Amino acid sequence: MKALPKLMFELSREGKIGCGLNEADVPAAPAVDPALRRGDIADFPQLSEVEIVRHYMALAQLNYSVDAGFYPLGSCTMKYNPKINEKLAAADELQAHPYAPCDLVQGNLEIMARLDWWLCELTGLAGFTLSPAAGAHGEFTGMLVIRKYLQEKGDPRKVVLIPDSAHGTNPASAHFAGYEVREIPSNAQGIIGLEELRAHLTPDVAALMMTNPNTLGIFESNITAIAEALHANGSLLYMDGANLNALLGVVRPGDLGVDVMHLNLHKTFATPHGAGGPGSGPVGVAARLLPFLPVPRIVKNGDQFEVVTDDPRSIGRVKNFYGQFLVMVRALAYLMTLGRENVRRVAEDAVLNANYIRKKLEGKLDLPYATSTLHEVVFSDQGLAVKTLDIAKRLLDYGCHPFTIYFPLIVHGAMMIEPTETESKETLDEFIGIMETILREARENPDLLRQAPTRTPVRRLDETLAARKPVLKWSRGGDM
Amino acid sequence: MRYLPLTDAEREEMKKIIGIADVKELFSCLPSGQCHPPLDKLPGALSEPELVAAFRDFAGKNSFSGQLSFLGAGAYAHFIPEVVTYLSGKGEFLTPYTPYQPEVSQGSLQAIFEYQTMMAMLTGLDVVNASLYDGATAAAEAVLLAVRRSGRGRVLLASNLHPEYAAVIRTYVQNLPIELQTVAVAEGSGRVDEPDLRAKLDETVAAFIFQSPNFLGVVEDARAITAAVHERKSYAVQVVAEAMSLAYLATPGACGVDIAVGEAQSFGLPLGFGGPYLGFMAVREEFLRQMPGRLVGQTVDLDGKRGYVLTLSTREQHIKREKATSNICSNEAWCAMRAGMYLAVMGKHGLGRAARACHLNAAYFVSGAAGLKKIRVVYAKNFYNEVLIEVTKGTAAALTAALKKKGILAGVPLSWFDRGQKGRLLLAFSELHDRRAIDRLLAALGEKA
Repeated sequence: MKALPKLMFELSREGKIGCGLNEADVPAAPAVDPALRRGDIADFPQLSEVEIVRHYMALAQLNYSVDAGFYPLGSCTMKYNPKINEKLAAADELQAHPYAPCDLVQGNLEIMARLDWWLCELTGLAGFTLSPAAGAHGEFTGMLVIRKYLQEKGDPRKVVLIPDSAHGTNPASAHFAGYEVREIPSNAQGIIGLEELRAHLTPDVAALMMTNPNTLGIFESNITAIAEALHANGSLLYMDGANLNALLGVVRPGDLGVDVMHLNLHKTFATPHGAGGPGSGPVGVAARLLPFLPVPRIVKNGDQFEVVTDDPRSIGRVKNFYGQFLVMVRALAYLMTLGRENVRRVAEDAVLNANYIRKKLEGKLDLPYATSTLHEVVFSDQGLAVKTLDIAKRLLDYGCHPFTIYFPLIVHGAMMIEPTETESKETLDEFIGIMETILREARENPDLLRQAPTRTPVRRLDETLAARKPVLKWSRGGDM
Repeated sequence: MRYLPLTDAEREEMKKIIGIADVKELFSCLPSGQCHPPLDKLPGALSEPELVAAFRDFAGKNSFSGQLSFLGAGAYAHFIPEVVTYLSGKGEFLTPYTPYQPEVSQGSLQAIFEYQTMMAMLTGLDVVNASLYDGATAAAEAVLLAVRRSGRGRVLLASNLHPEYAAVIRTYVQNLPIELQTVAVAEGSGRVDEPDLRAKLDETVAAFIFQSPNFLGVVEDARAITAAVHERKSYAVQVVAEAMSLAYLATPGACGVDIAVGEAQSFGLPLGFGGPYLGFMAVREEFLRQMPGRLVGQTVDLDGKRGYVLTLSTREQHIKREKATSNICSNEAWCAMRAGMYLAVMGKHGLGRAARACHLNAAYFVSGAAGLKKIRVVYAKNFYNEVLIEVTKGTAAALTAALKKKGILAGVPLSWFDRGQKGRLLLAFSELHDRRAIDRLLAALGEKA
């Protein structure tokens, strides 16, 4: 197998120049005490422009990406990222300084207001904050809003209920908002049963955080009754919108009694994941919670957009400036392209694709919950001669990214498959075919899977070594 | 619809295989009363040319483009080499998922490892994560880290910290057992008031959070601050809102700082109306296992070949749930890769040149402003790229409004953050300015209104 590219520090040579920047032309001398200044940056790279381009092109070839192939990653909604949206977000005319006077950035403020409007229409909620930078940041913001609201009513309460199938960010976000987490077990159908809820619904419960459809891909069909029970207890219903793709234009969470919810623009609204971010996690709320949303807020005064930066009832500011504006641009462009004609079709095709995969694989892999599923399906490793990890790694050999593995935690050896609506039937059939081949290999030659992958730029990496003896940067003489 | 590849014939075939007549049957688990809300309020689908035109209309309602800008205060316009835009826009870097499958993600992982290395060189600290949302949330995460590591509950904030950073810290800790207290600024120097700092430091203080260069544009004496803080065995946390300063000023590590956090937007990210940007955190090794955010580490594969993986993930929410060091999951990974590309292209010499130009341009402005009557420079030494000025008559907002009519955005009035601060204005200079631009600003400030 070909050697991996060297590190740029290993390619660096004294005296090479990669950029064409001129020296300052002002007749001025430094005005900082020499003791406050630094010297040369030792070992900082020195490469020519062409070497840098070749270096990164070599790295690019080692990456899998949505542009290159299918990502059946459950709960991550890895849909295609439209190219025109990249161009629109890169327009010079949008790259304003965030403190530019409002009258000079009316177009940008209108983009934010339009996105807010679209999100309200799609969710049935009364208003959104666009400040949160990612889904988990949105969860934290939403929890703070709930807490401030309850506090104003006299008691912030102590506990947040979270089902055992939830994403790890849910309990972490509730914790940082000052809440104690109480886990609710899913019932035999894989959802929150009303009895389980009632058993946990004590007077100190502030909210329930529910992902819907949940991480098994199952719609929480008790949702309206759950919302009623919570509201009767003075508690609120938080919905994690990670899986909103299944519901777009089909049902509006606000109509089901949801009080607070975050969305992931980098999932449902087709903005690129960038190997882990940037995302954007707008939070929408029911009308009675509007006063507690973070600042800044965009308001329309006559025909002018203005920015409100302080409000004593607000939870405050959760992020510098306005949030991930260029991600919002892409999401709005996506929605304007879909329009009323296609919004529902997104959910329908996503659910159709997922059910097609389920139907094709269900006799071949164990399906731990028989309940019908929406945009994703979760199989278990029950009855297999190999581990879920081995199947995932073998998929790499066939040029396909694996599905989400070992999550949700309530399914043994979980394989969580979400195709999204942007995959063709040919791609789904190819994936199904690969899975059938791998399952046959698992029976006939399991070692092939345990050794996988063998066709990738590197083979399985020693993660234990990485964690036990962390090497987190290059250093001269320190490389292996 | 071009983003939906299924044909009607394929939909029919798939429905038949699944055993349904209508796709609505797949949604039968939903409460029927609330299903299929009317969508007629939504606008109709736009073709690609119509979409481009619609965004041209939005852009047309912005009118900042022709202005000569001296806006800064946490977001800075810098030169971005075309190579950075070209490389970072490639789908191989823009459209992958988080590199949980390292065998097919070595490109992202190595690029991030290189970013971590360069940021460690720039901060003079041991370990840099990749990444946090922005400078303000990174500062809040530093507060939580210092409290976690020290077991102490009080945190001191310099009052010349960026007001939005201070606001975000307050939001983050509002429901946690953490007490915040501010430390005064010495009016004469614009720096942290050391006697006040010493008076407030004691064995209950987890950390002192200070910014350098601070929000008034002044470079702090970080060594003196760190010495005072360490006497009480508290942690010194330096906030760096202008990462470019790391290439010109003594590093946080060299000054004894324990945790450096900040905003690295200056490293190749466009202004973008405030985001996405790049929060960074650099720490001494002792904090490693308690720090938030993703880390890429070097290891070997089964054949002994060097490779990279996400590591030390037992700190993270997907393993530890409510006991995690942070709730962060999606972060600013692409921005970190892009910053790495920027730093590589600029290189040792180019980065030094840009960082020096920012300071020299500011210094040229300060020397030119000495002769002006309408304004005075508040702190005429030990600034880096930002200069605080005060109007001798009227308000800073009135001055900026007058200059805006002349095509100059003369800086951020501090009244934006604090209504009581009527007379002051913060100006930022960069390598994008030249003598002509600064002369034009000086001339405009010298003219009668």
